[in-house]
Amino acid sequence: MQQIFNFIFKNSNRILFLLLLGISLTLTIQSHSFHRSKIISSANFLSGGVYEKMNNINEYLNLKTQNEALALENAKLKSLLFNKKDTTAIKKLDSLKGVKPSDIIVSKVIHNSYTSHENYLTLNSGELQGVKPDMGVINDLGIVGIIDNTSPRYSTVVSILNTKSQINAKIKKSNHFGSLIWNGKSTGFVQLIDVPRLASVRKGDTIVTGGQSVIFPENINIGKIDKIEIDNQTHYYTITVKLFNDMTNLGHVYIIKSKDRNELINLEKKEKNE
Amino acid sequence: MNSTLLVNVFRFVLLLAVQIIIFNNMNFLGYISPYPYILFIILYPVNGNKSGLLVASFLLGLIMDMFSNSGGIHTTACLVLAYFRPFIFKFSFGLSYEYQTIKLNDVLTPERFSFILLSVVIHHLILFTLEAFQFSFILDVLLRTLLSTVFTLLICIIIIYLIKPNRR
Repeated sequence: MQQIFNFIFKNSNRILFLLLLGISLTLTIQSHSFHRSKIISSANFLSGGVYEKMNNINEYLNLKTQNEALALENAKLKSLLFNKKDTTAIKKLDSLKGVKPSDIIVSKVIHNSYTSHENYLTLNSGELQGVKPDMGVINDLGIVGIIDNTSPRYSTVVSILNTKSQINAKIKKSNHFGSLIWNGKSTGFVQLIDVPRLASVRKGDTIVTGGQSVIFPENINIGKIDKIEIDNQTHYYTITVKLFNDMTNLGHVYIIKSKDRNELINLEKKEKNE
Repeated sequence: MNSTLLVNVFRFVLLLAVQIIIFNNMNFLGYISPYPYILFIILYPVNGNKSGLLVASFLLGLIMDMFSNSGGIHTTACLVLAYFRPFIFKFSFGLSYEYQTIKLNDVLTPERFSFILLSVVIHHLILFTLEAFQFSFILDVLLRTLLSTVFTLLICIIIIYLIKPNRR
């Protein structure tokens, strides 16, 4: 017994080091291997608060560009509205349930990272505003990412510039599906993989979100085809997509709250169980 | 005794704040960013409490990870650096370091420079390796380590010169 105590006493630093190293490596590995459920994230009171304060200061510096972007978006929406046949008609709600199929929460990016291989954003709305994990995040130009962690007032987003993110997307013209991933290299480009060879793709075609995803509604803009390659092993197309969005400069974003989502997930679960 | 503790706590908070507010937003060429917050581990008193340093660097890394959403990579890198600090001391200063003659925040000598360089390289290598976590990114990791090391080193030395106590 004495010897055990002596041993622990003598090596107390080493034991402490190994213990702490074990904790930190566990944190690292679980953050890399699981899609979600990160223990330490910036969606909390302390870091969210600090980022919000910092963002308040930053906002003054680019108020003008943000205003211009919002005005442009308004103009676009107005032109959509005015070009309808009947401008006074309001879109009908779902007649069966009386609810809209998807709802939108306005939010703001208070912290943006784009330098590492796994990038996350922090938003200034959380559970109190109804944000839940796995909701889609877009802005007027295209998709931004998927909600990862939430706290009462803040939430984190897995950006599309994250090697872990994988989003269902399609070519607008031909409806051929593929998966949208990021190879970790350039912030302006993402890759669309597993597009079958039958698909007719041409440089400049638009890529939009596909209908297979329960997170994003169909036909939200992503980007334009920049380069087309054929994978030597799988013989599928690997397409480099130039994003419409400038991911290094994000302001206001919209979180999509899909009403059908739970129903779809339950349905698919049932299918699998049978 | 008490004043060293206070100085260290102050340094801990100040370096973290400066790192998060200023240096995390600095990106040269899109991916090179400096991490001068490890100055806390470098400048920790030579004869200070070792388990205290381990716990403090664990917390330091944990807060950095929290702010940058990076799992545990800063924590691991800081912890390893803190644990191997005595060995780096021995390597850079010879065996005499035990006699408390070393003051790091002073004029830059080759020994001091090599100590800071080694510490920064070790920290950055672990940080970027764990961040990529794939062998296919190995060249990218080495490039990032190299460029960021230069950047961090430069800023560390500037900070040391700025906070150097005046000689009377």
